[in-house]
Amino acid sequence: MKAAVQAAVVGVGQTRYQTKRGDVSIAGLVREAAAAALIDAGLEWDAIEAVIIGKAPDMFEGVIMPEIYLADALGCSGKPMLRVHTAGSVGGSTAVVAASHVQSGAFRRILTVTFEKQSESNAMWALSNPQPFSPHLNAGAGGYFAPIIREYIRRAEAPLETGIKVAVKDRLHGARNPLAHLRLPEITAKEVEESPMLWDPIRFLESCPSSDGACAMVICEAGLAKDSPKPPAWIRGAAMRSEPTMYAGRDEVNPQASRDCAADVYSQAGIRNPRKELDTAEIYVPFSWYEPMWVESLGFSEPGKGWELTLSGATSLDDGGDIPWNCSGGVLCSNPIGASGMIRFAECARQVRGDAGEHQVPGAKLALGHAYGGGAQFFAMWVVGAER
Amino acid sequence: MNDLKDIAVVSFAQSDCMRDAGARNEVELIMPVVREALAGAGLESAQEVDFTCSGSCDYQQGAAFAFVLGVDALGAVPPLRESHVEMDAAWALYESILKIRMGHAESALIYGFGKSSPGELPAVLSQQLDPYYLAPLWIDSISLAALQARLLLDQGIISEADMAAVVARSRRNAKQNNPHAQLADAACDAEVLLTEPQWRAPLRKHDCCPVSDGAAAMVISTAAKAKQWGKPYALLRGIDHRIESHNLGARDLTRSASTALAGEAAGVAAGPVEVAELYAPFSHQELILQRALKLDADSTAVNPSGGALAGNLMMASGLARVGEVAQRIIKGEYKRGVAHATSGPCLQHNLVAVLEAPAETAGAAR
Repeated sequence: MKAAVQAAVVGVGQTRYQTKRGDVSIAGLVREAAAAALIDAGLEWDAIEAVIIGKAPDMFEGVIMPEIYLADALGCSGKPMLRVHTAGSVGGSTAVVAASHVQSGAFRRILTVTFEKQSESNAMWALSNPQPFSPHLNAGAGGYFAPIIREYIRRAEAPLETGIKVAVKDRLHGARNPLAHLRLPEITAKEVEESPMLWDPIRFLESCPSSDGACAMVICEAGLAKDSPKPPAWIRGAAMRSEPTMYAGRDEVNPQASRDCAADVYSQAGIRNPRKELDTAEIYVPFSWYEPMWVESLGFSEPGKGWELTLSGATSLDDGGDIPWNCSGGVLCSNPIGASGMIRFAECARQVRGDAGEHQVPGAKLALGHAYGGGAQFFAMWVVGAER
Repeated sequence: MNDLKDIAVVSFAQSDCMRDAGARNEVELIMPVVREALAGAGLESAQEVDFTCSGSCDYQQGAAFAFVLGVDALGAVPPLRESHVEMDAAWALYESILKIRMGHAESALIYGFGKSSPGELPAVLSQQLDPYYLAPLWIDSISLAALQARLLLDQGIISEADMAAVVARSRRNAKQNNPHAQLADAACDAEVLLTEPQWRAPLRKHDCCPVSDGAAAMVISTAAKAKQWGKPYALLRGIDHRIESHNLGARDLTRSASTALAGEAAGVAAGPVEVAELYAPFSHQELILQRALKLDADSTAVNPSGGALAGNLMMASGLARVGEVAQRIIKGEYKRGVAHATSGPCLQHNLVAVLEAPAETAGAAR
């Protein structure tokens, strides 16, 4: 289904990502990203008609519905402000919802911002807080996903160095990105292998960091996009899918919601062979093993062969791969959870605008942004292109 | 948005407003209203609508990801096109309308839910204030509303008798019109209310909405889809929302500038307002909202359900205001009405929707 109005990203702004941004308040953090996006778009605050904000659970900072407090910092007074929350996928979902403000014809130009200031609280605590009426997993994200990864390894007969390869590859990508939280240009496979095992088979260096940071985009309709100082990134498709955390027969390794969401966004963008037609992808990989798992789920390889694609170097910019994934360093290098999905989406926009600096994929014209959340049950994806 | 031509509110359901739903969890609160709303549209399952969106707040149940449990109430196998706002479900309705307008859906299920009983809601809401300057002071939502009421009284804009009259009308309307109300009294008398002691001065206890557990759900669609379903509907002609400064000292708390802006943008003034459901958690706020929307108390029935003073399903009350107006239009009681939702301290963020009977069925009660 084509959207009623075509929309494009004309501004991208990000903070630098680090363990603790003690130099700014939460308001200062979101303002920094938003102001950067406006500068990138060559606009002032009064050019924005509405603000769509997203973040992961409020317990990460201990502020309930923080958009209420952030209205002033984001110049919203007198404007509409909407707050999206869809677990770890929220950064992507927020971009999709923000785009719908323009694609519906209701607004001509909007600002969307996502953030997490994880140093304000303890994300592992917030993630593991018991639900009043449900069994208490007390696992955190790593503990939750480790058994699913083990099932992938068993099913695909994947060699154990696959996860290590991704951990090294994404950190080398991140070393090209001045905003990345982890910049480890000297990292080696041996170093990853010898790092502490946290949740077998996930080692310390195969895990994402916990970051403070924010990401923002300006999205507008085609008429205004033409006046943009930099090339627009045209939104060619956007989709979301959700399924329950648990149900009989659920494939937790390759969830149906993931496959359905990918099929939807490819259909909108007219993509039949994602590996061939896409030039790059920014995929939510918080633990290294999720790269080969999503390679398969998103149709970049045959089922069971995702690890082969990863080990071949096809997803590595440094190896000259044909389909580089996470050239920004991905979630493995920077993870302000509520913003992590939008960073994926925004990095895709940077790539197709030819504005990704040292981690630019040469000539990138079409890119897939991806985010997932909950127990790998919430998905948001978009495809952006240099062409309409 | 005020040029909407074909967004139809087809059905609405809400649970009773309960002070304490006891052992019932979120799934058990949501499922009955989702099922009832779907049935109202002639549907059996959320699989039959194109989009689902909900509103809830993690801090009510005191754990992250309250909405994840909501998905369990839907039957989301196979997976659904689904989204969530950490806001009142009236904003989930707004997101759903965008989805329909952009052509990605012809129908949507919206629901909101909240179980406020496990905590102390007014104290919990203090943590939505500025985390550096206000939240550490634990200023609760009732105390902030009391400051607002004090401004109105001191400036002579309203009297305590005006506030009591709002409460008395709410209690009487709730008894007459709202089987889900938590507080209802056919014989409620404003003069008797005024003999009650002040609680958070100048507010008396009855000036404050009750704390309620419960849920609400709605099905909307394109008008064409509603006709295909063969169901009567109310048209949602306009909807808009605006936020204003969080700095209470920077706002004129005796007015609601954001409500006025949203009302203008939603097209409230384009026709007579026969009925209005206003989300006023405190009696004096209903008077602020009436003025902001330029409602004439003589020609507009305000809160025939009793409003939030009769029961406040936190995170669903705003959606319920839209649902109440839609239901009365569908029943043929009114042809045009306004619904309002709010969020934040002292009416910081406000949404206004305009609903009308479709031309071909106007006046034809079914």
